[in-house]
Amino acid sequence: MPELTRTRELGVLIVDDEEPARMLLREMLERQPGYRVVGEAADGFEAVRLAAQSSPDIALLDIEMPKLDGFEVAELLDPSVAVVFVTAYDHYAVKAFEVHAADYVLKPFRAERLAEALTRARERVGGPRADPGALSAAAREQQGGHRTRIAVRDGARVHVIPVERLDLAESQDDYVVLRSEGKKFLKPQTLSSLAASLDPARFVRVHRSYVLNLDRILSIERYAKNSHVAILSNGSRVPLSRGGYARLRALLDGDASTRSKA
Amino acid sequence: MHPILASPTRLASYLAAWVPLAVVLAALLAGPGAFSLGEAAVIALPLALAFAFLGLSAWYPCKSAPLGRAGWLRLAATHGVAAMITSAVWVFLGGAIARLLSGLRAFSDLSLRYAAQVRPLFAAGVLLYLLSVALHYVLLSFEAAREAEQREASQALFAREAQLTALKSQIQPHFLFNSLNSISALVGNDPTRAREMCVGLADFLRRSLAVGDRPTIRVSEEITLARGYLDVERIRFGKRLAVEEQIDPAGAECLVPPLLLQPLIENAVVHGVATMVEGGLVRLEASRTGHRLRIVVENTFDPDAPPKRRGGRGLKIVRERLAAFYGEEAFFAAKRVDGRHLAVISIPAQA
Repeated sequence: MPELTRTRELGVLIVDDEEPARMLLREMLERQPGYRVVGEAADGFEAVRLAAQSSPDIALLDIEMPKLDGFEVAELLDPSVAVVFVTAYDHYAVKAFEVHAADYVLKPFRAERLAEALTRARERVGGPRADPGALSAAAREQQGGHRTRIAVRDGARVHVIPVERLDLAESQDDYVVLRSEGKKFLKPQTLSSLAASLDPARFVRVHRSYVLNLDRILSIERYAKNSHVAILSNGSRVPLSRGGYARLRALLDGDASTRSKA
Repeated sequence: MHPILASPTRLASYLAAWVPLAVVLAALLAGPGAFSLGEAAVIALPLALAFAFLGLSAWYPCKSAPLGRAGWLRLAATHGVAAMITSAVWVFLGGAIARLLSGLRAFSDLSLRYAAQVRPLFAAGVLLYLLSVALHYVLLSFEAAREAEQREASQALFAREAQLTALKSQIQPHFLFNSLNSISALVGNDPTRAREMCVGLADFLRRSLAVGDRPTIRVSEEITLARGYLDVERIRFGKRLAVEEQIDPAGAECLVPPLLLQPLIENAVVHGVATMVEGGLVRLEASRTGHRLRIVVENTFDPDAPPKRRGGRGLKIVRERLAAFYGEEAFFAAKRVDGRHLAVISIPAQA
């Protein structure tokens, strides 16, 4: 019966660093039948941790917060979670819809406005949200130009990798494996969308399955006829495709020529 | 560009002024009996015209040795040499003209008679040059006055503009919206605090609007305003926002443009305390040492905070206002030291 599915009780996660703002959302939600607050987080890390524990259906996210901003949190949530941004800033609205947020509510708001946003979120629950590419594009714009850091989730824990500490990214099924300082992190994203968010002067797609940090390349060796490998400063060897080798050469030569000019 | 040559009307009136001078010159030449009246007229006219243009060259020595700034010795030397050279060139030119004219039958011995008059002509040349120098100094002082007026006007405009931007940016929309959201939240559960916040916000807004009309306010008033702002923010952030003050009495008495510190205090909250889960500190310091007033707005921050798109605007406003008010006398720096962000202002102390 459609009536019943309509009123299925949905779990809502409240994320805002200001206590009064959280209080207001909780108060309004408690008066709204069909929703239950499953957690309240005061910063980005806590939001991701609580989401992993309580698997909410809907997340109400502030944007400017400590640790992770709202877009970074959205990127780390399960794609089935419907996201509603609740913020005092109107200039993030376009980006919010680019990442397929269910709604964007401006502070301060009426209870009716929040109810409307919840209804929209309910329609979105379980449905596909963003492709991670759009999310990282948003995160990139958020940071102005290329992304300066990558947030990854390891269960309930969050790691933030500054891009300068990223050695390489490798595609593995539906994931990207990020290697940084001897550690390895998994992120559910395609390598192409990750590569698109990184600075092309620093990160090169050297192979269908690899993106390399230029600073980590120690040398390039011929491996067989028409095939090369890159030796990285941590000793690992990464195969280069023919196109990848050409791109790398072009970048390194360009680099060398600018250096010799200087 | 020479101010007389730059404008055709100015050049025309300058040349017109030379007509009586040409007549006087002709009369002088005809006087001692060296030249007949006709000859004097015929030689005086081109001589006057030649000097009209030669005299304009006095502009350059006048500019290089401005009155008041160059010493008398330098003035005398510069213009003495310039006068001799100009006059010599003039007399020489006159000689050439006289030679040309002596080609005509009526003036066949003009060249010879001219040669006899070289010395008084040279003296006249020197005098004319000095006259020209006087004229140019008058022109220069006019120009300097006009420039000063323009500079003053544009500086006033710049100061006013900086003031307006600063005042407009005092009431940041997000500060207002976030505060109103907090009030909306508190109305239900904690009406007393909601009322407190309403009154605090109103007080801050009223005071900000009131000081905006005044050219300067005391540092103590500025600190009171900052306190008002921070009190409102403390309701939003709760215990996360700690404030410390270190204001010495001599510093508190000094005058500053109104709301000078507001963008810095706002930055300290938005980029500092708001990035820290466990909370942070905003520290205000004002002190006077001799003729300088030093103001510091310091805050803790999370170095791993998510990058913000906004920012830099507040610092720009402060820098512009300081430049408009104090010019070269203002020092301003924003830097990170030991996990703290410091904005340091040093300006002439005015009480």
